[in-house]
Formats: sequence, structure tokens, C-alpha cells
Amino acid sequence: MPWLSTLIAVPVLGAVGVALLPKGNDKLAKQLALVVSLVVLALTLVMAVQFSPRGTRFQFDETYEWIPRFGVHFGLAVDGIALVLIVLSAVLVPIVVLASWHDADGTGADAPPKRSVKTYFALLLVLEAMMIGVFAATDIFLFYVFFEAMLIPMYFMIGSYGGAQRSYAAVKFLLYSLFGGLLMLVAVIGLYVIAEKNTFMFPELIGAITDPTTQKWLFAGFFIAFAVKAPLWPFHTWLPDAAAQAPAGAAVLLVGVLDKVGTYGMLRFCLELFPDAAKFFTPLVLVLAVVGIVYGAIVAIGQTDMKRLIAYTSISHFGFIALGVFAMSQNAATGATLYMVNHGFSTGALFLIAGFLIYRRGSNYIADYGGVQKVAPILAGTFLVAGLSGLALPGLSSFVSEFMVLIGSFQTYPVPATIATAGVVLAAIYILWMYKRVANGPTTEAVAGMKDLNGREKWVIAPLIALIIALGFYPKPLLDVINPAVDKTLANVTVTEFTPAVPVADQKGAGE
Amino acid sequence: MNGIQPPTIEYGQLMPLLLVFGAAIVGVLIEAFAPRYLRKAIHVPLTMLTLLGAFGLVIVQVLRDGVPTAAVAMGAIAVDGPSLFIWGVILVLSVVSVLLINDDDNFVASAAAVPGSPDEEEAIARGGAHTEVYPLALFAIGGMMLFAASNDLLIMFVGLEVMSLPLYLLCGLARRRRLLSQESSVKYFLLGAFSSAFFLYGMAMIYGYAGTVDLGGINDALGRVGGQDTLLYLGTALLGVGLFFKIGAAPFQAWKPDVYQGAPTPITALMASGTLVAAFGAVLRVFWVALGNLDWDWRPVMWGIAILTMIVGAILAITQTDIKRMLAYSSIAHAGFLLTGVIATGEATQNANSLSALLFYLLAYGITTVGAFAVVTMVRDAGGEAGHLSRWAGLGKRSPALAGIFAFFLLAFAGIPLTSGFFGKYAVFAAAVAGGALPLVVVGVVSSAIAAFFYVRVIVLMFFSEPAADGPTIAVPSAGTAAVVALAAAATVVLGVYPQPVFDLADAAASSLFVR
Repeated sequence: MPWLSTLIAVPVLGAVGVALLPKGNDKLAKQLALVVSLVVLALTLVMAVQFSPRGTRFQFDETYEWIPRFGVHFGLAVDGIALVLIVLSAVLVPIVVLASWHDADGTGADAPPKRSVKTYFALLLVLEAMMIGVFAATDIFLFYVFFEAMLIPMYFMIGSYGGAQRSYAAVKFLLYSLFGGLLMLVAVIGLYVIAEKNTFMFPELIGAITDPTTQKWLFAGFFIAFAVKAPLWPFHTWLPDAAAQAPAGAAVLLVGVLDKVGTYGMLRFCLELFPDAAKFFTPLVLVLAVVGIVYGAIVAIGQTDMKRLIAYTSISHFGFIALGVFAMSQNAATGATLYMVNHGFSTGALFLIAGFLIYRRGSNYIADYGGVQKVAPILAGTFLVAGLSGLALPGLSSFVSEFMVLIGSFQTYPVPATIATAGVVLAAIYILWMYKRVANGPTTEAVAGMKDLNGREKWVIAPLIALIIALGFYPKPLLDVINPAVDKTLANVTVTEFTPAVPVADQKGAGE
Repeated sequence: MNGIQPPTIEYGQLMPLLLVFGAAIVGVLIEAFAPRYLRKAIHVPLTMLTLLGAFGLVIVQVLRDGVPTAAVAMGAIAVDGPSLFIWGVILVLSVVSVLLINDDDNFVASAAAVPGSPDEEEAIARGGAHTEVYPLALFAIGGMMLFAASNDLLIMFVGLEVMSLPLYLLCGLARRRRLLSQESSVKYFLLGAFSSAFFLYGMAMIYGYAGTVDLGGINDALGRVGGQDTLLYLGTALLGVGLFFKIGAAPFQAWKPDVYQGAPTPITALMASGTLVAAFGAVLRVFWVALGNLDWDWRPVMWGIAILTMIVGAILAITQTDIKRMLAYSSIAHAGFLLTGVIATGEATQNANSLSALLFYLLAYGITTVGAFAVVTMVRDAGGEAGHLSRWAGLGKRSPALAGIFAFFLLAFAGIPLTSGFFGKYAVFAAAVAGGALPLVVVGVVSSAIAAFFYVRVIVLMFFSEPAADGPTIAVPSAGTAAVVALAAAATVVLGVYPQPVFDLADAAASSLFVR
């Protein structure tokens, strides 16, 4: 069975179905979107179970000729890294659909005027297809196509359904990403022309570029695109605007999945295609990552807007992920990949709960809240758990990955790793201080009548909290899948490392 | 006494061209002899059948004879692979443009009446119309075909004039905002006449150098004639000025926004698509066939022009407030992108690669452009088309389908993947990188990013702004206009998702390059 193309086709067909519903069937559109996303989730899980971690690197391989003139294939396959990210996307989408139930209705205070509900859910499903496609693509051209095309549905989701500054945020998001993407396009063309392999298939292009200077330029083209996408400091300024203005559901997918494409691209393409350049640029990238970790955390402390605060914590976390990717050690890279998944769940939960709070109170500002814990204990409690996962409390999922990144990078680059630990301390400040201001203290008048989570919202949050706790105690299933893939990735990177022509042990043996 | 040989004319190969010109002349006769009330009823089918017939002839010719390998009509016209492809493209674009021209309410009732005078009111009340637009358009289309297929400079000049003169006239025939239209007509005419003079002067210089106006002959002379370099360089520069004017490359782009804005929108669509295609055909012939061995000398200049064109087009477009002016600057930027492909010459395979990329780009861009202008004709105010961008605010809410299609065209102009514009841009840039013009491509993508800003700005206006209380009405499109929009949207999608068949066609057309 062509699993991956099915996973792309189902949400696309679902989106078409939702978009073609006659007007006035808002409820049906939502239900259809939910059913489609659950079908995708089920298919993904069935596929994931069949994945054999010790098998060949790329599984569920499908390759069709698309544009032979350019050597472009419709090539899909997954290794462990891509698989866990696809699972992440497939898990988050139904949750987001359920959480966004009323986002497009135009009810609730401070909400934008009513917009087409079915368009919103159709865009969401299109986005899901593209998210799966971008992680599954083994053809670099196809990856680029998904990488750019997925901006468009997100752009409309922010621009049409977001907060007061939505059109500014949407345009900023699109232009930043497009600019990075176009630089990558030059690098993609350059890669094709210089490699002279007449193909864009990723496995065949590994090791195709040997000239160090060429590698550096092409690396730069790819890296800048990914650094904008991830986003790394100093390319990050679009994220707080976009995340704060996006509706909560879209923000979850934006920060939880779309941004992972950047860090995934660094691990998959920057390291493997240009290993020498990656080593050359490692110090620079590590500096950017560490600055991002500390800067993101400090700025997060100063935020007054809840969604912006969460966005800045993400910038700090993306610093950790980039640190793990470029530390070039097994532990760090595995930790970074695991972090991509865990961050998706914990930040997703934070954004969604913040969205529930904002929906009730009608304000993004932390200062407008206080004492939520007394009136809405479940809401506040889940907020705390999600926040604690964000600050990497042991026993919750982010701790495992953050610890692995730090321990792994300490082996190879002790100084950046040491500075990065400051991020852990600062995380405690921004999360706990935000929680204190929102949920503790005397209940303010405006918060007094706040309702606790209703049934739908509990269904939204419960799976996320369950995953956060489960993966915190037992990350082994994920690690088993990720580890072999990371091994193979790093094997391609370190293959050119200096190895003595005569092994040391042999010399000893010869002397005896 | 048999010293004079009659010229041989390959009528079969020239048939599409002859058909268009013949129908244009018949159209003039209709104007002279048919009663007024019958004229439109005769013109429209005649024009459409002619264009479709010519397109059919092009296809028949390709299927029957394949790609010809020698110039025809005593070496004056080259009906080679690129010509046939370009003819096909021009004819398709003309068919859809004529569908737009056919729409009511675009052309003036009486061009001779002073705007706002009683004469004009009387002409409108009488229901007057200038049915001359059809034969004029046919002449212009024939001129485009000749311009792109000419194999010597003299024929090229004839083609240039036959193409341009009807267009000067057509530009002045807008029904609304007539002063603007007449101004554009005069401006286009004066500047066009200048550029023609430059072209003619350059031709004279080249003739002085090479002793021939035959493109192949000029190429031969490059290796043979010595000591006349001044004439050669001056001639090359002057020819270049004439041609760059037609494609709207900076610094010869000043006419484009004014003329695009003032001309009746269907004519703008024809100019923005057909003329650009034809002019690029001529540019390629002059610089690749005649001056191909001089590429070391013209390439640096062309680099400068390409960079300037891309940047000027992209940056000035940001400041525009009129939709047609914005599309004009966008067309300037696209001319710059296309020039990066013209520069990317090298070995024969590289040339064929660049040529096929350019042919694809011209087709993709032309169709999207006609579609975009067709949408412009449908968004109307009391005083005609709602040109000012502020009037487009909130269009996404009033008419989501139309705004969605227009947004899709804009994304295609911006070169977002899964649209035809992306593959056009990709093909040209890939050819340019292979041809060693990497810095040019970097400038190209940077200006693409700048250009994306103003395309996106229109999308923001249409979808994210609240509609104005007295916003424009969306005219219920005639069947023709609706067909144009649907066709353009379909082509933009299909070429964006599965471009391989068209690339195969372009490769086949480009494989044997130009005949000499």
C-alpha cells in the first residue's frame, strides 16, 4: 500500500470535500474535518507500527517521475526522524480541529468578524497534507515545493482569522519565509547544476558536492532558509507577531510543526549534503543557538502578552534544538529530534490553553488575569502541567530531550552547553512567573465568572497531557525509532573526519 | 534572357502568417463595404476563425513536416522550431485577448469626438462603435508573428512597424477616461517612433559593417570583416535600444506603466502578453543568431540591463496605487527575469536549454497575464474599471471566487510553487545558473522577494481588509470573459502541477535552435 501518498491524498480530498460543502453547513464542515483528520491519524499510526527501526533507512519508499526534464521525482519515504515528525503532525491536527471549533465563528470577545468556517477547516486540512509531504519528501525539489507552498494556507489562516494585527503579522510571516525560501531555491538550483547527477533524489545527492567552497555557499543558502523558518536568532522577529496574531489552533501548527521543518531541514539536508561546510559553520551556528536560547528566555520574561511569551519561549527552545543538531554527537542529535516532537506537544498544549483563557477573558494580556486557579481549577492545572513541561521538569517529556541535548553537546562543545544551561534556569522564571500572575493571587473581578474547561476542551487537552507525561517517563519507543536514523545521518557527516592511515592498535600489535 | 530568377516563396510554411494578414485585409474591406449594423457580426467570427485556423495550421505543420531546417522566402523569414512555438503562443494569447476585446463597453463610441463634447454623447446615444479594432488587432498579431520569425533585419523592422502602428491606435480607443487613453496613445507612439528610429539607425550601421541585413550573413561577417568595430558596436547598441524598448527593459521602461494604464484593458492584455512574446523572439534572433559570436561584448551590458530591469520593476511596483500600473511594473520585472535566460548562452545544449526555458516562461507568463487583466475588466466602478487599489479592498468578501482566482494569478506572478510561474522562473534561473550567471540569479531571487511584497499586498487588500461601503461592483462576466479567466486559471494550475508535456514541446522546439 502506498502509505505516504495516501496520507497526503486523504487530507487533500478532505479539504476539497469541506470546501465544496454548500453554505450554511458550518457544523458539518467541522465534523467532516475532524473525521478526516482522525482517519489520517489512524492511518499514520497503522503505518508507524509497521516501521521497523532496524530495517533499511528509508522505508515506505515510493518514487514516481514527476518532471523528468529537471530530474524531479515525486519521491516519498521516511526514516525514523521523519516518521516521528509525521506522527507529531497527525496527532496535532485533530486536536487543533477540535480546539478551533469556534475560532472562525466570530463569537467571543475580541474575535475578528465572522469568516467562512469551511474555508478555515479546508485550509487546515491542506496544511496537514503539506506538513506530511514536506517531512516525507526524499526529492529535494519536492521538499522545496512543499516548503514554499505550505506558507500559503498558513498565510491565509493568520491573515483572515487572526487577531487585531493579523494582516501585518501574516505579511511579515510570508515575506520572511519567502525570502529565505528563495535563497534556498538558488542553492537548490546550484546543487542540481554542480552535482551533475541529473536528479534531485536526496540519497543520490549525498556526497555529491565535494568542493569545500561550493559546499559553504550551498550550505549558506539552505541554512538561512531553515534558520528563518526555525527560527534562529537573529531571524526570529516574525515569529512572535505571527504566533500572537494567529488563532490558537494555527499557532499550534505554526510553532509546533511548521517551524520544525527548519530544524528538520538542518539535520537532514544541511548536515548530510554539506558535511564539511556544516563543520566549518558549526561554531557560528552554535553561537546563534546559544544567543537564541538566552535571548529568547530573557525576552520571554519581559512579555506582557501571553501568546508572545510562549512564542519567545519557543525561540529559546529552538536554540536548544539547533544546538543539539550541530553538536555532532549521537546523544545531542537524538535529543534534538526528540525535542522537536516534545516541543510540539508541550508548546501546543500551552498555546491551546492560553487560547482557552483568551477566549474566556477576551484579552491577551497577562495583567488582565489573576486567580484563575480558584474559579477554573482544571484549566489552571493543565496550564501548569503544560508550563512545567515547557520548563523541562523531570518526569515530563521535555526534560528527557533537553537533558539529552545538554549532555550530548557537552561531550563535544562544553562551553556552549554550559551557557545553554542558563536557559533552563530562565525557563523556570518565565513559566512560573506567568503562571503566578495568571492563576494565583486574588481572583480579579473580570476573571470571577470564568467557566472551567468544558467537555470538548477536555478532549483537546487530555491527549496532550497524557502524551507529555507518558513520554516523560517512557520515551523509549520514540528513541528506538529515532536512534538508528540519527546514527545513519551522523555517519554521513563524520565519514570525512580524519582517521589515521594506520590504526593505533595495529601499531602496538606490530611492536610486540 | 533568363537572368532574373523569380523569388521562391514557400507558401505552405508561411500559411499561418498569410492567413492572419489576409483576414486583416478582408476585415478592412468589411469596414468599407458592409453595413454598420452587420460589421461586428462578421468581424468576430472572422477574427476568431482566422486565429484558430492559423493555430491549427501551425499544429498541422509541426505534425506533418516536423521542424523545418532552412529559412523560407529567400532567407527572409525563418519558420523554425522557436518560431512555430512562438507563433502558437502568440495565437493562443490572441484568441483569448480577442475574446476580451469582443466584450462590450471597452472601446470608445467615436474616437474623433472630443471627450466630454456633445458629439461624444451623440455617438454614445447612437450606439456607435469602432469595429476597426478587429482588423487592427489582426494586423498587430500578424506583425508580432512576423517580428518574431524574421530572418533579416529589414523584415524584422517591417514586422516591428506592422505590430506597433495598430497598437498605437488601439491604445487611444478606451471608452472611459479617454484623455488618459489618448495620452497613452501619443506617448506610446512618440516613444515607439523614437525606438523604431534607433532600430533603423542601428540596422544601417550593421549594414555598413557587414554589407548585409541577413542575420546569418551578419554572423558570418563577424569573423570576416575587420577594422570596422565602431560601426559594429554602435549598430549593436542602437539595435539593442530599439528591442529593449519593446520588451520594456530598464532604462527604456518609462512608457509601460502609462500605456498599460491608459489603453483599453483588453488591448493591455494583448500587449502585455503577445508583444512581450514577440519582442523576446526578436531579441533572441538578433542577439543569438546575428550577434551570437559577439556575446563576450554584449553580455556585460545585458547583465547591467537585466539587473536594472529586475530591480526597477520590483521596487517601483511597490509604490503603485493603480492595479494596471502595478501589473505594468510587474511585467517590467518579469522582462528582467527573462533577460537572465537570454544571457545564459554557451554550448549548443546550454543554448537549447535556455531557449526552451524562455519559451516555457513566455507561455506561462502570457496566459496568466491575460487572465489577470481579464479579472481587472470585471471589477467596475460607476466610471468604468476600478483601477485604484484602495477600491479593491474587501473584494474577497464580496466575490470570493473572483478574488481567489486573482490571488492565484498574483501568486503565480510571484513564483510560488504549484503555479506555472514557479516552473517558468525555476527553468530560467536554472538555465542561467548552468550558464554561469549565478550572481544574476541571486539578484533575480532578491527582486522576486521584493516583488512578492506587492503581490501579497493586493491579496491582503482583497482578503484581509473590510470592504468599502461604496465598493466597486463585479460585472457579471460575459461568456467570453468568463472563458478567458477559466482558461487562464486552468493553464496556471496545470502548468504548475504537471509542466512536463509543455516542457517536452518547448524542448522539441528549441532542440534545433534557430535556423540561420
